[in-house]
Amino acid sequence: MRLWIPFAVSAGSLLVIASFVGAGWDAPPVETTQIGYRGTGMYLEQDVEKLEALKASNVAPVAPWEADPEGDRAGDLYENVQVLGDLSDDQFNQFMAAITEWIAPEQGCEYCHDLENLAADTNYRKVVARRMIQMNQAINVDWGDHVGTTGVTCYTCHRGQHIPVNYWYDDQEPKPASNMSRAGQNVAGKFSGNTSLPQNALMDYLMGNETIRVHGLTPLPTGSTTAGIKETERTWSLMMYMSESLGVNCVTCHNSRAFNDWDQSPPQRVTAWHGIQLTRALNTDYMTGLAPVFPEERKGPEGDVFKVGCATCHNGVQKPLYGASMLQDYVNALDTKGPTDVPDYSTYVPSETEVMGTGTPAPATPSSSSALPSTTSVAAAED
Amino acid sequence: MALLSFERKYRVRGGTLIGGDLFDFWIGPFYVGFFGVTTAFFAALGTALIIYGAALGPTWNIWQISIAPPDLSYGLALAPLKEGGLWQIITVCALGAFCSWALREVEICRKLGIGYHVPFAFSVAIFAYATLVVIRPLLLGAWGHGFPYGIFSHLDWVSNVGYQYLHFHYNPAHMIAVSFFFTTCLALALHGGLILSAANPGESLEGGGKQAEVKTPEYEDTFFRDIIGYSIGTLGIHRLGLILALNAGFWSAVCIVISGPFWNQGWPQWWNWWLNLPIWS
Repeated sequence: MRLWIPFAVSAGSLLVIASFVGAGWDAPPVETTQIGYRGTGMYLEQDVEKLEALKASNVAPVAPWEADPEGDRAGDLYENVQVLGDLSDDQFNQFMAAITEWIAPEQGCEYCHDLENLAADTNYRKVVARRMIQMNQAINVDWGDHVGTTGVTCYTCHRGQHIPVNYWYDDQEPKPASNMSRAGQNVAGKFSGNTSLPQNALMDYLMGNETIRVHGLTPLPTGSTTAGIKETERTWSLMMYMSESLGVNCVTCHNSRAFNDWDQSPPQRVTAWHGIQLTRALNTDYMTGLAPVFPEERKGPEGDVFKVGCATCHNGVQKPLYGASMLQDYVNALDTKGPTDVPDYSTYVPSETEVMGTGTPAPATPSSSSALPSTTSVAAAED
Repeated sequence: MALLSFERKYRVRGGTLIGGDLFDFWIGPFYVGFFGVTTAFFAALGTALIIYGAALGPTWNIWQISIAPPDLSYGLALAPLKEGGLWQIITVCALGAFCSWALREVEICRKLGIGYHVPFAFSVAIFAYATLVVIRPLLLGAWGHGFPYGIFSHLDWVSNVGYQYLHFHYNPAHMIAVSFFFTTCLALALHGGLILSAANPGESLEGGGKQAEVKTPEYEDTFFRDIIGYSIGTLGIHRLGLILALNAGFWSAVCIVISGPFWNQGWPQWWNWWLNLPIWS
């Protein structure tokens, strides 16, 4: 008897059923945003129900209270306040209350501080938090081209979690058999939008400085761009990651008839370009430097620190928190640069206080903030 | 090929669906019929409107002329003529002309007393077109989802719509459609090659420059039995060809109608059901 026929039919039917039941199909109505001129097919489609869920889960929390900028400075009142010394006492406490809600709402102060001595650097998390505050200030002051006047706070990434939900690391798994190379391809890549495109492209582009723009201008790779399929697929992998991170699609930033041409691209591409530079800077200047401070369980399988990607802030939304700014409540804490010195983390010894050196403290007036007034034409065009 | 004298006997009265004897005549080799008239009407009006749209500018470059659908803001309403209304009327004309053509084929089939396979096959092509410019826009709620009528512009539309879903090669129906297109080509090439090989046998095995006899279908069957152990047969190959070709068009329509109305993420994400199968997850 031909037993293979019923077996094949059953297996096929099971797979078809699984693809119908398991795939989570959407249904009309669909919300569509027109990006380009009519008829160019440059649309962004979003499922209405999923959009509602995203909007509900991306709401900016209100500040614990409105801080009084007057009064004694925190640096004079407390010991070992290395970055936030220019805040008023009330601003300092308000920011500490906020950061607790943002990062460790359950554990409270204890998550970073030694409750016996709040000034001590006993806990590595306090050392990391200090550096992260510096990073946050740098983003808001120096990277207006990407964050506009909205800026970021700890909550943009952390969302009440110790570690932001979306981070990435050097991804080599599953490792191929010895001497075999699959060039990072042919697995459902965690950081390539579940495609089989090169799984580790973020290492090249969001850590490394590899050329992303591979589009040739000549029919054959004889011109200034000689990138082949391999480089192109790596770029595509990065683009998959970016699209999934922001809940957008390729035509949000590109007219696919000429991916390379800035003149035909929507202005969002410029914002995204600055975002790539920003992410590289955060990973090279801030995240990797903290490698000696992080314990093993805070590192990826290859021993590298968790890194920042587009999804870390965006969390599936084109403008994090739908463009709501939280900065106005934390102008001196996060929208003004404090001391920017970096201790030598390579000599980091747990529990020992590392002093950042005698950097010049930045003025604490809101007028020094560059994120608030610096509106580029690009950021404005994003609407 | 010229009409042979004895073929005139197949040109019989009757079999019309509409119009009775009124349009039951031929012009030269062409059967007219009621639907021949409507085909001509819609085709002429549609073409004239395309030329009018081209005259509105900005170019007479044949590659770059484009009649674009309305902005999404018009939804399923009528748009002003110069802002997509032309596209809407031309779409009506195109569907009118295509359906008329199919019904004219039906009338000819009825005259000849043959099956409706050809009009049925053509209907699948019309269905694919209607899916693009009517069914999917209806499901998405705006005529602006149709494709523009222009040589380059419709290609740009295809490209951009593919990239709306990040990587269209992950669309399962697209995979099926592409497979059917390739298989259609393979089957047609094999069939054409086989028929020509039987009709052009070349030099006889006996040699001496003597031409071999033209071979019969038994030789054709034997060729495929020798090479793959099975021959589908003379009628079967045409059934197969039709099924393959219609499936190619049908799954093309499926792959675009599910993109947007029933799936609006990137297509790579669709495969999460596979990654999440309880076998390995």
